[in-house]
Amino acid sequence: MITTETVKERVQIPLATETLSEERIAYLEGLVSQAKIAAAVFTQFSQEDVDRIVKAMVLAGLGQAQYLARLAVEETKLGVMEDKVLKNMCATEFTYNYIKDKRTVGVIREFPERNLVEVAEPVGVIFSLTPITNPTSTVLFKCIMAVKTRNAVIFSPHPNAWRCCSEAVKIMYEAALKQGAPEGVFTCLESHTLQDNAYLMRHKSVALIDATGGPGAVKAAYSSGKPALGVGPGNTPVYLEKTADVSVAVVDIIVSKTFDNGTICASEQTVVIDDEIYDVVLKKFADLGAHICNEKETALLARTVIDPATGFMQPMAVGQKATDIARLIGLTVKPETKLLIAPIQGVGREHPLSVEKLFPVLAVYRAKSVDEALKVCVDVNHAGGLGHTAVIFSRNDEIIRKFGEIINAGRIIVNSPGSVGALGAVYNDLVPTFSFGCGTGGGNSTTDNVNIYHYLNIKRVARRTQAHMWFRVPNQIYFNLNAVENVHQFPSRSTIIVTNPALEQIGHVDLVRRYIPEGTRVHVSVIPDAEPEVKVIMRGVEELNLYKADQIIALGGGSVIDAAKIMKLKYESPDADLEELAAPFLDLRKRVVQYPTEKVNRVRLIAIPTTSGTGSEVTPFAVLTDKEKARKVTLADYSLTPDVAIVDPQFVMSMPKGLTADTGIDCLTHGLEAIVSSYASAYTDCNAMESILMTFKYLPVAFEHPGDEEARCMMHNAACIAAMAFSNASVGVNHALAHSFGARFGVAHGRANALMLPHVIAYNAAVPSKFVPSPYQKGYVAHKKYATVADLLGLGGHTVEEKVKNLIAATEQLLDQLGFPRSIADLGISKKEFERAMPELTKLAFDDPSWRSNPRMPLMSELEDLFWKAHQGRGVARVASASQQIA
Amino acid sequence: MSLMPVWPKVDEERVAEALQEAGEKLESAEGDVVLDFSSVLRIDAKALMALEELAGVADDKGVKVALRGVNVSVYKVFKLVKLTSRFSFVN
Repeated sequence: MITTETVKERVQIPLATETLSEERIAYLEGLVSQAKIAAAVFTQFSQEDVDRIVKAMVLAGLGQAQYLARLAVEETKLGVMEDKVLKNMCATEFTYNYIKDKRTVGVIREFPERNLVEVAEPVGVIFSLTPITNPTSTVLFKCIMAVKTRNAVIFSPHPNAWRCCSEAVKIMYEAALKQGAPEGVFTCLESHTLQDNAYLMRHKSVALIDATGGPGAVKAAYSSGKPALGVGPGNTPVYLEKTADVSVAVVDIIVSKTFDNGTICASEQTVVIDDEIYDVVLKKFADLGAHICNEKETALLARTVIDPATGFMQPMAVGQKATDIARLIGLTVKPETKLLIAPIQGVGREHPLSVEKLFPVLAVYRAKSVDEALKVCVDVNHAGGLGHTAVIFSRNDEIIRKFGEIINAGRIIVNSPGSVGALGAVYNDLVPTFSFGCGTGGGNSTTDNVNIYHYLNIKRVARRTQAHMWFRVPNQIYFNLNAVENVHQFPSRSTIIVTNPALEQIGHVDLVRRYIPEGTRVHVSVIPDAEPEVKVIMRGVEELNLYKADQIIALGGGSVIDAAKIMKLKYESPDADLEELAAPFLDLRKRVVQYPTEKVNRVRLIAIPTTSGTGSEVTPFAVLTDKEKARKVTLADYSLTPDVAIVDPQFVMSMPKGLTADTGIDCLTHGLEAIVSSYASAYTDCNAMESILMTFKYLPVAFEHPGDEEARCMMHNAACIAAMAFSNASVGVNHALAHSFGARFGVAHGRANALMLPHVIAYNAAVPSKFVPSPYQKGYVAHKKYATVADLLGLGGHTVEEKVKNLIAATEQLLDQLGFPRSIADLGISKKEFERAMPELTKLAFDDPSWRSNPRMPLMSELEDLFWKAHQGRGVARVASASQQIA
Repeated sequence: MSLMPVWPKVDEERVAEALQEAGEKLESAEGDVVLDFSSVLRIDAKALMALEELAGVADDKGVKVALRGVNVSVYKVFKLVKLTSRFSFVN
């Protein structure tokens, strides 16, 4: 029986509640208070407690499935009783099957490999709206979810489904109470008004609104300011593609569209059928009890079941039988008619039947191509069904994939019925639900099938992960006098020696050539003795290509070895974008830009250093000068590390004194920065310590007696060992300051380091004003590590403070021995000039990645302070003053 | 607080009744008191309502009631129903 009273769409729930009487407010407050106490008491329940209660509720619901279905049909006059029984059984049995083994109390999931645990926290009081279309099944479903998650619910059923819903609540409540559930865990509003809903939606003790209802109710829920779960309207497009099994598809569509007379909002609305199978499909529909409307019948149907004023379905038709709807338009159909099928020629207001129809009327569209079919499906999807459900019948995986990509629907059901498919757990592995999240397209916060996890606050207990560390160096390092002989071990067809003019002149290149195996084609590439430029690199790469090199021997200082590293990179991976590879990063392992792993050429890089300081022969760094852009670019990646390092002191015997001092202090700075680095490990500490001891002992000797073979040899090794430490632990703020100052005033790197070093030790030994966040660092230990260095150097002192002071004094003494200036001012840089440069200096220093592993995070003001200290200069008195802050 | 009289332990098996009795006793009691909750592992709605009433009696009489040995799960329930501000807690 169709009457205009069948469905009253909920009008939008008002926000104003002033019209509520005091008695009504007291009644509502009582409900909330009861629910609040129940929710609080529930927090003490164990998983076993709730599972026991849930099982009893499920059994009670199953036992009353038919009774509740009958009540629902009698009261709402919608749908099919037999189908409502199935819905009630799905809501209980299928939901139970999904949740029975799920943990919802305490620890619910563990991720041992991530050191992460998820812990459940109930949400508290839920205010729940339930619909007229699926009244009792929705109540059963929500009660079970609420108990499984230890929440209390206040129900507000659709006014035209109040009796059946309140009966469902009562059945669930009694079953739950018998098993010890808290009193008041479920309540159901008695004959309520929209003002009641508005009051409860905004009540401070209501934690969550679960609005399964019409657009007005959902909008009111979302507008209340409370967390809300809402559902959206549907308009399910179906693409029946020519490769589909038509017999299966037609039956599935009929099953779905006639289920409970089409009241499930996920049911099919418009079937877009490929031209090739259109006639066959319609014949099969007709054979199985569908009536195919002619043009006139379709127009009549559209005028009757769709409101011409709003363009939406007429409530009177919702949930009615096909035969009753046919009778409404004066159409005589066979009594067994299940479905009315109306061919349409487009989507939109001019084609009224292309909208949602929660009754057994199905629009069909003949598509001439896949492209047209997909576009019409998109049109239907956007005509009121965004985010909801879509269906495709096809055996073409590519078309199914495409459909999934272009259609915006939380559920895309493949080769199965839309309505029952979307409910989950029957035709597929979707989570069973009676509440379809429709995402932002449907004005919701989720596209999920609403389930127990939406009724929980999930807390993540994240334990500190043991950060993986590393120690990476070339796999072959040959050292000590005549180590260069080892070059003969490396077979090569074509070798290029990259070097600079001076080294070629003094015979170093010939020395190396002597050990290259006979038959090797050797070419010498001479590059300027300066930080490499892009054009120098590219010229080198041309030579590598020309000679089809399989080996590079880099013979020189840091600049030559850096140039060879970059040549190798560009030769092996010509598409490598140096600019992009130089992008800044915080953590080497999480960097955005990855170095290429695919290589078109393979070449071995042997590095033979001719200075004792940079350690470039074992480091993963290379500095490049971009003259066109007037800047330096630092490349860093372990793939840049040379394959072989040959640390032979005969190449440094002729180093001038100034270079010996500069490079030696660079080596010391590497050791002292690596030792306190936040990336330091036992693997780097031993190298850093040893290099510091060697430098303090042998650098003054190598400086004073350049011909002392032992001192040269030990300093050469010290530089390599320090580089192994800082290659893995990195450096610190001293390098950031030196890079900035050196670049701005053209001061050699080692010299710039020397000017900063005593001040930086004092700075790092003081309690930081700001720590650097670092998962690698456990506690603040910089001052203690400096003290350990002082102990190893035998500098004396009883307290950490004294030992650090002694280390600073020893460093100053070494710098004096090597003849370094004591201050920036001593270099002839006036206070005024320095002041002018200060903004740029601090900016460059702060941008420098070196300090990222410093034990203190330098504030801009602290960088400036350090620069000024270096300008004023060191001296026992000044450094002592700085060290007064030592922790 | 230690000088306040400690009443017998709230009986785990009959928490609501014990609290009702405590409320009645409080009507004629002199001075502040301590209720021993150390044997209460779980609390239900009835007990919460009894405790709420007891808090009302204490307010009316102007006496302080301290709860001793409340386990953390029960304490969280008190927190959720906003009862913690009505009592003081001692270990």
